[in-house]
Amino acid sequence: MQIVVDLNRCEGYAQCVFLAPKVFELHGEEALLYAPAPPAEQAERVRRAAAACPVQAILVGEQAGAGAGTGAGADVR
Amino acid sequence: MSTETLLERINAYENRADPYPLYAELREHGVAQQNDGSYLVGTYHEIAALLHDPRISSDVRHRSTPDAARPDALPPSFIALDDPQHDRLRRLAMRPFGPPHSPGRVDALHEDIVEIARELTDGLRDRDRIDLVDDFAYPLPVTVICRLLGVPHEDMSELRGWTNTIIASLDHSPGDDPQEKQRAGMAARMAMGAYLGDLADRRRANPADDMISALVHDDGPEGRLDKPELMTTLTLLTIAGHETTVNLITNGMLTLLRHPEALERLRREPELMPSAVEELLRYEPPVQMLPQRTPLTDIEVGGVTIPQGAPLFLMLASGNRDPLRFEDPDHFDPARRDNRHFGFGSGVHSCFGAPLARVETQVALAELLRRLDGPRLVEDPPPYRHSPILRGPRHLPIATGVRAGAGA
Amino acid sequence: MSGEFKSGRIVIVGASLAGLRAAETLREEGFTGELTLVGDEPHPPYDRPPLSKQVLLGRVPAADVGLPARRPVDARWKLGVRASGLDPAAKEVLLADGERLPFDRLLITTGTRARPWPHPEEARLDGVLTVRTVDDASRLAERLDAGPRRVLVIGAGFTGSEIASACRERGLAVTVAERGPAPLVGALGGTLGSFAARLQRAHGVDLRCGVTVTSLLGSNGRLTGAELSDGSRIDAEVAVVALGAVRNTEWLDGSGLAAGPRGVACDAGCRAFNMYGIVTDDVFVAGDVARFPHPLFDYQMLALEHWGNAVEQAEVAAHNMVNPGPLRRPHLAVPAFWSSQFGLNIKSVGVPTFSDQVTIAQGSVEERRLVVVYGYRGRITAAVSVNRAKWLEHYLRLIETAAPFPPEPGAADRPAEPRVVASDVPDPKVLSHGPTVALTGHLPDRRLAVLRPMT
Repeated sequence: MQIVVDLNRCEGYAQCVFLAPKVFELHGEEALLYAPAPPAEQAERVRRAAAACPVQAILVGEQAGAGAGTGAGADVR
Repeated sequence: MSTETLLERINAYENRADPYPLYAELREHGVAQQNDGSYLVGTYHEIAALLHDPRISSDVRHRSTPDAARPDALPPSFIALDDPQHDRLRRLAMRPFGPPHSPGRVDALHEDIVEIARELTDGLRDRDRIDLVDDFAYPLPVTVICRLLGVPHEDMSELRGWTNTIIASLDHSPGDDPQEKQRAGMAARMAMGAYLGDLADRRRANPADDMISALVHDDGPEGRLDKPELMTTLTLLTIAGHETTVNLITNGMLTLLRHPEALERLRREPELMPSAVEELLRYEPPVQMLPQRTPLTDIEVGGVTIPQGAPLFLMLASGNRDPLRFEDPDHFDPARRDNRHFGFGSGVHSCFGAPLARVETQVALAELLRRLDGPRLVEDPPPYRHSPILRGPRHLPIATGVRAGAGA
Repeated sequence: MSGEFKSGRIVIVGASLAGLRAAETLREEGFTGELTLVGDEPHPPYDRPPLSKQVLLGRVPAADVGLPARRPVDARWKLGVRASGLDPAAKEVLLADGERLPFDRLLITTGTRARPWPHPEEARLDGVLTVRTVDDASRLAERLDAGPRRVLVIGAGFTGSEIASACRERGLAVTVAERGPAPLVGALGGTLGSFAARLQRAHGVDLRCGVTVTSLLGSNGRLTGAELSDGSRIDAEVAVVALGAVRNTEWLDGSGLAAGPRGVACDAGCRAFNMYGIVTDDVFVAGDVARFPHPLFDYQMLALEHWGNAVEQAEVAAHNMVNPGPLRRPHLAVPAFWSSQFGLNIKSVGVPTFSDQVTIAQGSVEERRLVVVYGYRGRITAAVSVNRAKWLEHYLRLIETAAPFPPEPGAADRPAEPRVVASDVPDPKVLSHGPTVALTGHLPDRRLAVLRPMT
């Protein structure tokens, strides 16, 4: 599981921190830090956090191009 | 054609079960001035603009004709104040509740909430008919807020009486004596504040593992809430901490029973519950409108200038059904995407307790779907509570079997 | 008609955020042809903002910062190989491994790289680092883990300031050397620059402004310190060069495109210009490497090193690559970026450097919660919030509607006596790092008057 937060959209409502406090964290009052590759046991909490984001800024998915980066000159479909 | 204004018709009790056609009418009008000088805004983008406009006050003392019965002995709570006072009080109240100082508080309650929901449904076994409100949707959030704050459960019936009086004082329904309601509301606020202030004093002397104890022993860089601030803040948290959630759970079950295909889908795909709750917050929000906003200067919105000091009503439930923002807005879609609804408001005053309400409602509806066997509405529409602001059924009779709790 | 747009061969050179989002958008919009992504780093696309924050704080391993896919992308990925040239006549991209990739349409998203320390032998000293790639960040995090006695950060733009913040949070001694008068001044001007200077000092940063690092000192191949232009010396085991970025356009030399150190010029629909200023029809540009005219900012050619711009411009470019003329869209998003440092959340909308005046509209420097609004010739062009993000939407609307500057009073938390002062955006040339927003060139024929040399 891989996540990215569009922090241009984020307004610091911190719903994700309440719902998945081991993945999302407020740094100071408003700045959001997060673990981009949370462990599998956090998956359900992460999905709840993504659904709850008032500005819909959290993208959850599988890593893009995974398997493509297998070394120099890797040529993968 | 009715001579009543839109606001009067929205407030009229006979329209409580389905105010949505009135909201559609409101959106047609754009920003709508009422005969009494107030303004209603019901379109999504205009509401969004006003919720993020720092020139819009939440403090009704800025109205050009302030409520005569307003001078309270207690200071306003943070929902009725502007920055920087609002910000300070809200931040102090947040310290024991959520991030950055207490990020795990709501998450830690999750298992408790599951347990409370199970106990409540266990108590319904052998029934073929339940009232969802009295049997489940009311006791669940009340038990949770008591546990969170540290309010003795046996005192809740008294708190419920005060709460009802305070809520009744918020809206002006045709035919009511507003002054009498205001006086009663003020007295209830005083009594509830005094009760909670005493409770806080007891927790100061004998701390327990609850939020009130954390609040009265908190020594942040900005100091503590003083006694009157503590009284109003705790009154606010107690009321808001259960009142709206009762309606969200009840509206939720009502909506699912009206949409059996959605109900079946959620049974098959329980992982959809978080997004289904967001859709409920859009489709049947427990707070239908924000009645306390006031422009601090003349503000232009939607081509209309709202004068400084005019009462401004932001009709959140109408914005949530705006076809200019939401595709097929009258359709309940538990998997809806890009759902930036106003169910908890938006901007600096967005709902303080939103994460708790979310968890409670997700757990509550999941438990009900798991345990209720062939539930059917007995009455549609059900009888509604009075308030057009905090709108929801007073009772929701359901004919159903209740299954044994699997593995519980 | 639209069939020809939805098929054929598309090559995307640059496999980072912009390249990835473009590839996804192409498929989303029904492109069924052959799609190839070329990236010079061996890693699949990853997210850079956490590198100077979570990763340096040691909270997240650098390897974790991959990007989630929005949807599956059927594509051939050529990773770990650099594009070395473009043959516009044959319509081929040349790769460093000798392969030639034919295309019908090309998207250039090669981005930027860290500006290296200008003295190569000093740059080779053990302990001299930059932060741009995942490997860079991983190396620096390791160095910070080892507990160096002092870290020197060269350049106090956003990256340099975030690095200094992470060092202080780890309890490490840090010196920041900045050529300009204050941190962040190149991107945000004087008011927030002096705020940032006070903030850094309050957090224990040894901040030196108005100085340059004249040389990095070493012993046995290891960094030992630095000499500054004011004659002072600093002992440091780690030096982080944060002097801004260099655009990756060298591979386009001889391609006939309008490509150079300031980026690849394109129109508002992301179509590249050739060297004569004529728009091409089959070469598109997006992300950090693109220079494009923005109507809201007097059609100035903007070159933005912003996360949001990479995403939004990539979406527009991809859309325009697979749709005929009348359906094409302009890239009109109002620029926006964020930074978190020293426990504060700094967010910007608009173009702060496109300004002549500035005022504090809400909050105060003392509270460390404020909104600063920028104006240019009497209209609002930007706003920056510090721990006040929930209000920023309001100012975005004011920018979009070219509302008058200074903003009308009325905010409940406005300063008692709002002051309007010069925005003090310095000439980028005097800064040791490039400003995040570089306003360069002029189109159609306007010159930005606010960029003036420091005295």
